[in-house]
Amino acid sequence: MTQPPASAFDLTVNGTRHALTVDNRTSLLDLLRERLRLTGTKKGCDHGQCGACTVLVDGRRTNACLTLAVTLDGREVTTVEGLADGDDLHPVQQAFLDHDAFQCGYCTPGQICSAVGALDELAQGWPSHVTDDLTGEVEPSAEEVRERMSGNLCRCGAYAHIVTAVQEAAR
Amino acid sequence: MRAFDYVRPDTEDEALALLAEPGTSALAGGTNLVDLMRLGVARPERVVDVDRLGSTEVVERDGSLWIGAGVRNSDLAAHPVVRERLPALSRALLAAASGQLRNRASTGGNLLQRTRCVYFMDPTKPCNKREPGTGCPAVDGLSRDLAVLGHSEHCIATHPGDMSVALVALEAVVHVRTAEGDLSIPAVDFHRLPGDEPHRDTNLPAGALVTAVEVPLTPLAGRSTYRKARDRRSFAFGLVTVAAALTVEDGVVADVRLVLGSVAHKPWRATVAEDAIRGRAASGSVFDDAVRAELAAARPTDQNAFKVELARRLSVATLHELAGGRA
Repeated sequence: MTQPPASAFDLTVNGTRHALTVDNRTSLLDLLRERLRLTGTKKGCDHGQCGACTVLVDGRRTNACLTLAVTLDGREVTTVEGLADGDDLHPVQQAFLDHDAFQCGYCTPGQICSAVGALDELAQGWPSHVTDDLTGEVEPSAEEVRERMSGNLCRCGAYAHIVTAVQEAAR
Repeated sequence: MRAFDYVRPDTEDEALALLAEPGTSALAGGTNLVDLMRLGVARPERVVDVDRLGSTEVVERDGSLWIGAGVRNSDLAAHPVVRERLPALSRALLAAASGQLRNRASTGGNLLQRTRCVYFMDPTKPCNKREPGTGCPAVDGLSRDLAVLGHSEHCIATHPGDMSVALVALEAVVHVRTAEGDLSIPAVDFHRLPGDEPHRDTNLPAGALVTAVEVPLTPLAGRSTYRKARDRRSFAFGLVTVAAALTVEDGVVADVRLVLGSVAHKPWRATVAEDAIRGRAASGSVFDDAVRAELAAARPTDQNAFKVELARRLSVATLHELAGGRA
């Protein structure tokens, strides 16, 4: 049997550069979990609908399940494993602990990576669907946080504390 | 997912040559195509990655905003000129998908997204759009989310996009490159009605590349907005959406654009309603009569008749809001 088509590329994950050759069909999510053994990033729906696989690509939050790994030549990926500085947790991670923002924890790595991206978007002044004045300042209100985090589902329903945690991290 | 060859060309010419081969799909942000490949709905033998070829520039030139095909939906929604002078476009983009998806989805790719009709998305079911000639189970099946205007016996799929609806209202032009030369396609003519060729979503020639979208920066465009009715408040496809623009002078409508989304195989420019509103008093009864006249052409199924009433209410409320009322 012939091998399925594969491609070679370079990818930096959490600061470590990897020279990789993978089956063209491999998603970034499967690359992270199955090849690089970074299992913090979770597979939920595998269709871009749940957000459990959210990582940062060149600093921007992205669904790893809908990203073909071979398209990422030269890019930098940050996963939940790459957020903390040694034992010092990222402020969003700390806020999730302080506010009890999870139950089972399965969606949490995606929630945290998404929140890191969303807070950066807020800091750049990006409006959202619920922003009344498109040209005004944006504040991390609960309504804004809920809208901006709508790409991350939590079947335990920990939303109330997730919103509080993200607002805390925004301060 | 079917195995495929992956190519990332360095130039548009190389890309056009590759896309001329049968069995080839162009890949941009991938938020729709990768999902369709995983579902087995799209089965390309070769994927041509054009994601880095598309310009990521947004430039004001000759009274228009030129948006590169590679500009991400999130960047476009947040662009200062779009927020200030093309509010319907910013609002449409912000109403679409999720923050993660908007970061990946490109301007060119968004125009080319496929329908979310459940039969199209399921390769075990017949579908004239996916496999011409196999039939349309949606006509007598699960049609709640599907078209009420302009459909045919062969297909009642909707174009699911938000951005494209705003682009039609803003009278944008889609710029395209083909192996034979450059083309300009008005946004209103970019998508098409299904007729007896529902496998064709658009009038884009086979193997062509979208290079840019040009949006005129008019006073009317500055008085535009976008509203979306959906089953949940965020991160859902529209049941009915409305892009509208309105200018009023001395209580009389100077000019108006009204486009309905998620109700047809293309963004539905409501010219009957526009003609009945232009030059008339900017009043709720004028808007209501005009929208009713437009929707007289609706042919809903027994599952989606609610969309006609929803379209009427959302259209009238949106026009009322633009006229300065509260709705």
